[in-house]
Amino acid sequence: MSINRRDFLKKAGVITALGVGGATLGFNGLKAAKPAEASEFASQNPKAKASRWAMVIDMKKFKTPEDYQRVIDACHKLHNVPQIEDPKHEIKWIWSDSYEHVFVGTENPYLDEKTKKLPFLTLCNHCDNPPCVRACPTQATFKRPDGIVGMDFHRCIGCRFCMAACPFGARSFNFIDPRTALKEINPDYPTRTQGVVEKCNFCMDRIDQGLKPACVEASKGAMVFGDLDDPNSEVRKILNTHYTIRRKPNLGTEPSIFYLIGGEEHA
Amino acid sequence: MQKHGRIVLGLLVFVLIVVSPILYNLGKKNTSPEINLDTPVIAQLSDKECVEPKEYMRENHMKLLLEWRDSAVRDGKTVYINSQGKAYDISLQGTCLNCHNNIPISDVYSVNDKAGTTAATNTEGNQFCFSCHTYSSVEPNCWNCHSDPREAIK
Repeated sequence: MSINRRDFLKKAGVITALGVGGATLGFNGLKAAKPAEASEFASQNPKAKASRWAMVIDMKKFKTPEDYQRVIDACHKLHNVPQIEDPKHEIKWIWSDSYEHVFVGTENPYLDEKTKKLPFLTLCNHCDNPPCVRACPTQATFKRPDGIVGMDFHRCIGCRFCMAACPFGARSFNFIDPRTALKEINPDYPTRTQGVVEKCNFCMDRIDQGLKPACVEASKGAMVFGDLDDPNSEVRKILNTHYTIRRKPNLGTEPSIFYLIGGEEHA
Repeated sequence: MQKHGRIVLGLLVFVLIVVSPILYNLGKKNTSPEINLDTPVIAQLSDKECVEPKEYMRENHMKLLLEWRDSAVRDGKTVYINSQGKAYDISLQGTCLNCHNNIPISDVYSVNDKAGTTAATNTEGNQFCFSCHTYSSVEPNCWNCHSDPREAIK
């Protein structure tokens, strides 16, 4: 039972060829014809295009607590965001906080009483240079060509790097199953599941349909939405003529949410 | 010689363990899953066809769902134009489950039990997705987040 090198190489070659051939046939040759190759994907509303969506929040138009609640409810009901009292488990898409918490770094001991006590609406800033997107190891959070920082909940592995990276605290982690805390579920929008991070997505699904974000619609003109790169957009018209501020501009994340505080009537 | 006997005995036991599932199921009838297409929406359709041909959907629905997901969530493209040029909205709730909605999924899978775990409760259900998925013990995790068919909620 001896074999010389020549015979060994011949046999080995034949066996290898059979193996490779068989595998190719098995994996590709027997595959069914693929009708979906002729298919394609399209935008629902190709006109709803922008290069950078942005928002101006006119704090002067928020007069009563109901004005805040109406906007928050519109968002949270639409997106099945649970109201959890325990601050450790709390989920926030849009919420309000005090001036000194929202505009850290601009503290002023002689700030007027009104501004000091005013709750400021705050949400994900959809930064032009989003640190959360750089931190995400699975690209579950990503920046769209229209400037929206979106979340693909399917891909989130719950590592919470994005929460550590976000300087605005705009991200919440589902420590408990959100369905246990939801009174009503809106069947048109999925809930999240335990172990997933979530945040405001600027209603990207509504924008794809050509609608405005739910909060903007519910705000009765107190929130203005538009394309920052379009000089004729509503947002740019306000920014060109009024003094606006952004949260933590020194960090260089370039937030897309602008605040109009006090001053005269706009537009 | 004594050693040989032990080896043969060991091999016999091993082979017996390996083939035991086959022996256990020997002679039992293997009933294939029943796919129920009897829903009010499908009954009203003039040409009863899915977004792609039946054979393609059977083999590749999971791939198609993933393509739909990535297109709608990541690219913002929410319209699917199929191989015949017909357009469909990309929506698990609005398109897929609009037709395939015979039994509420919560009846089949209890999505919200106290422990926060997802467990199969009624695997006998003839719901479109689950008749095959239960048969092949592949548990889709869509319903951890997505809702039941709207008809079933009412």
